[in-house]
Amino acid sequence: MTKQTPLNAAHRALNARMVDFAGWDMPVQYTSLIEEHLAVRRDCGMFDVSHMLAVDISGEQACDYLRVLLANDVARLKAPGKALYSCMLNDKGGVIDDLIVYFVEAQRYRVVVNAGTRDKDLAWMESQGSDFAVTITPRPELAIIAVQGPGARDKAHALLPAELAAAAEALPRFACAEAGDWFVGRTGYTGEDGYEVMLPGAQAAAFWQALLDAGVTPAGLGARDTLRLEAGMNLYGNDMDETITPLAAGLDWTVSLKDESRRFTGRAALEAIIDAGGPDEILVGLVLKDRGVLRAHMPVEAGGEVVGETTSGTFSPTLNRAIAFARIRRGSEGGLSVSVRGKSLPVKQVTPPFVKNGAATFLLR
Amino acid sequence: MSLPSDLMYTESHEWVRLNDDGSVTVGITDYAQAQLGDLVFVESPEVDADVDAGDAVAVVESVKAASDIYAPLAGRISESNGALADAPELVNTSPYEDGWLFTMAPNDTSDVEELLSAESYEAFIAGDEEDED
Repeated sequence: MTKQTPLNAAHRALNARMVDFAGWDMPVQYTSLIEEHLAVRRDCGMFDVSHMLAVDISGEQACDYLRVLLANDVARLKAPGKALYSCMLNDKGGVIDDLIVYFVEAQRYRVVVNAGTRDKDLAWMESQGSDFAVTITPRPELAIIAVQGPGARDKAHALLPAELAAAAEALPRFACAEAGDWFVGRTGYTGEDGYEVMLPGAQAAAFWQALLDAGVTPAGLGARDTLRLEAGMNLYGNDMDETITPLAAGLDWTVSLKDESRRFTGRAALEAIIDAGGPDEILVGLVLKDRGVLRAHMPVEAGGEVVGETTSGTFSPTLNRAIAFARIRRGSEGGLSVSVRGKSLPVKQVTPPFVKNGAATFLLR
Repeated sequence: MSLPSDLMYTESHEWVRLNDDGSVTVGITDYAQAQLGDLVFVESPEVDADVDAGDAVAVVESVKAASDIYAPLAGRISESNGALADAPELVNTSPYEDGWLFTMAPNDTSDVEELLSAESYEAFIAGDEEDED
């Protein structure tokens, strides 16, 4: 039996195509993936991401605990109301999950973890917390709605509770505000401006309907995937997992080694890799020069030799061209091609993101 | 859903039109295009290739997935729809007309009669949808 979010009936009322995603009955598409994608790039779309889990971490040692749990350093969040993206690593430096951590108020943080990993994440967080004075409180009763696109904030403000609207309007990027059980982060997974709104599940359907009435386009997991890949954002399980370090997943920028006294879990393993000259493999962005579509797990070749494989791939609706992430042997960059159904198709290697402000970040030729 | 009654169908969701000159035109059904979603690429079959019924001869790709297209009959591929290179979405917007995929010369035109009628195909996809739920 698949699990349902508080918006399940709303998706079905919109005639969404539903799929099993990590054990959750979720909308993959409402009308057209491409239309939903372009709605987010050009104006405003919304996603039900209530299958993801908010976890509150509070207590005297909340900061100390997170500085050990996470590869990025929450001490970089100088004041409450700021957010940080980080990986949570195992002892070998492999990625248990990637997450956003919000500094809500003194001695209280909120992390949001992936749906497919929520149980193992919680177990890991609890096992790592035993030596700290912290309370770890999962918040499965909260729904999460991401409202994303250049027009998203304007449409959302009037629909937020009055006590949150002004605070939301004043939020800088990657900041957050809270009022009662409602929480707004100016964050997302599309490369566009917008909010991720957490709210009591019982109020989710009314908020969703109000957004619909305001002209926000409902968008499914299909568009969410193409948007995040265009924006150069990794997907857990595709682009990294417990056997892959952030260094081999293009996420070295999220690993903070600055404070040498901060011995976060996985640090020793990462330092050993760096001391040995760096990771054997790196994650790169690829753009297909000709027609076709790139998918995950296609062989990547250089000079007739397989040097890696794609980890995510799709057709980019913004660029009208296939794009992919690939993990390749370090040093094999240049002159790459991807084997698509036995045919070697030339690709251009680019540094993600592929799309910024609605346009390509690179010249193809 | 209205299925053109002058076409024949396969369980892999191709439609087949027998033309006056004995050739057949092949495409995918409205049901199939709706299941696939927005098409973004069509890999056309090799013209002049001799194929058996059931051979994978072409590929249609939506944003989410690639699907093989099978030859509905044994014969020789005679033409592919060149318009789909620049406009694969024709398969979505006009699956039975402008979005045709290829034509072929069947070894035996009477093989067409062995395919599913509109009525049989309709019953087949009704069963398909029940399996999904």
